[in-house]
Amino acid sequence: MVSLDFAAVLEQWPLLVQGIGATIWLVALAATLGGFLGIACAWARTWGPKPLAWLAAGYVESIRNTPFIVQLFVIFFGLPSAGVRLSPEWASALAMVINLGAYAGEIVRAGVEATPRGQVEAGLSLALTPGQVFRRVVVPPALARVWPAMVSQIVIVMLGSAVCGQISARELSYFANLIQSRNFRAFEAYLVATAGYLVLAIALRRLLLWVGPRFLFGTVWRG
Amino acid sequence: MVEFTLWDILRNLLLAARWTVALSLIAFVAGGALGLLLVLARTLPAGAVGRWAGRCVALHVEVFQGTPLLMQLFLAYFGLALLGLEVSAWLAAALALTLHASAFLAEIWRGCIEAVPRGQWDAAASLALTRSEQLRRVIAPQALRIAIAPTVGFLVQVIKGTALASVIGFIELAKAGTMITNATFRPFAVYACVAAIYFAMCYPVSAFSRRLERRLNGAR
Repeated sequence: MVSLDFAAVLEQWPLLVQGIGATIWLVALAATLGGFLGIACAWARTWGPKPLAWLAAGYVESIRNTPFIVQLFVIFFGLPSAGVRLSPEWASALAMVINLGAYAGEIVRAGVEATPRGQVEAGLSLALTPGQVFRRVVVPPALARVWPAMVSQIVIVMLGSAVCGQISARELSYFANLIQSRNFRAFEAYLVATAGYLVLAIALRRLLLWVGPRFLFGTVWRG
Repeated sequence: MVEFTLWDILRNLLLAARWTVALSLIAFVAGGALGLLLVLARTLPAGAVGRWAGRCVALHVEVFQGTPLLMQLFLAYFGLALLGLEVSAWLAAALALTLHASAFLAEIWRGCIEAVPRGQWDAAASLALTRSEQLRRVIAPQALRIAIAPTVGFLVQVIKGTALASVIGFIELAKAGTMITNATFRPFAVYACVAAIYFAMCYPVSAFSRRLERRLNGAR
């Protein structure tokens, strides 16, 4: 008979709470900076000068076609040989920003490309600069259009952050690993951590779907 | 001390990449088969059995899409051991990736079936086709056409997902990268090669998926 002992894991709850806090911090940072990076990328690929558009396309394709764990290893183990030494936490945050930026760039681009031509012309005819038109006329409704896809991607990046424990960044999966190394209850420790991730994923999705229309792109805009 | 040239590194990585390909194919094919069963369970007529089956599939999808693949791998690895089975990293990785892929494919295909207009079911029913005939002869051919591009696109996710099997000790491309790094102390060169090989595997697949999608949209 299989005997499970969850009490041995749950009595270490301060570590789990600390891990959940760190994961939330990582995803908040990645979502904010990655979101901006994605918008910049979408701008470069649709409105930017040719060389910048190619650069952005190269970035997006190289990130989308390699595993996150390898990107993390290149940053954490590879960059020190170029003289850049990051703590595990900052390396994880950087990897998550770069990763989300590429996916967000592709998602936002789809929204930008769906902008009716007339809206841009209307903006320009009001003497807004092209930069203002992009920021104030194109991006908000573009974000509104692609918000569900964006939310899914942010949740995927949050789940992907479990890998950051592999370079000993102190987030939820790292603490699960720490707990199981203390009490040898590997299955229970990882099951509890997995439940934590599931709750985080559901809560994050709800939160973002609520926050987006209210604070990021004005009132609900249907285009 | 043995000196590793760049060619030695690349050669060893390419040998390990065979296991990435093998694991990807197993997970994709087995996950596809399981995903097909799940999506069929979801299209059962809305009786007591249908509702119950639909709920189970929805839960399966929610759990596997809402938790990290890494945790699924750990749970498969330690869970099978707990059941007293002799587990290899190979078996645990194949099991976790199959379940993971099945959830995503079931969800993709459900979307494709729902994209077929409701009237097609009604029209097929009015021609006195049975439920399974409606699905087989009317809905499936149309859903299949929509499903091809996203399904090929998901293969890229599976290939990238196999990199996590390295964490439970399965020796594929990413794990080989770590082992070679430990022998050569040249992490940047090695991981850049690893990334390049993944790119060489994934990029053609994503480009093919995009082309399929464009062709389908053009034909509409």
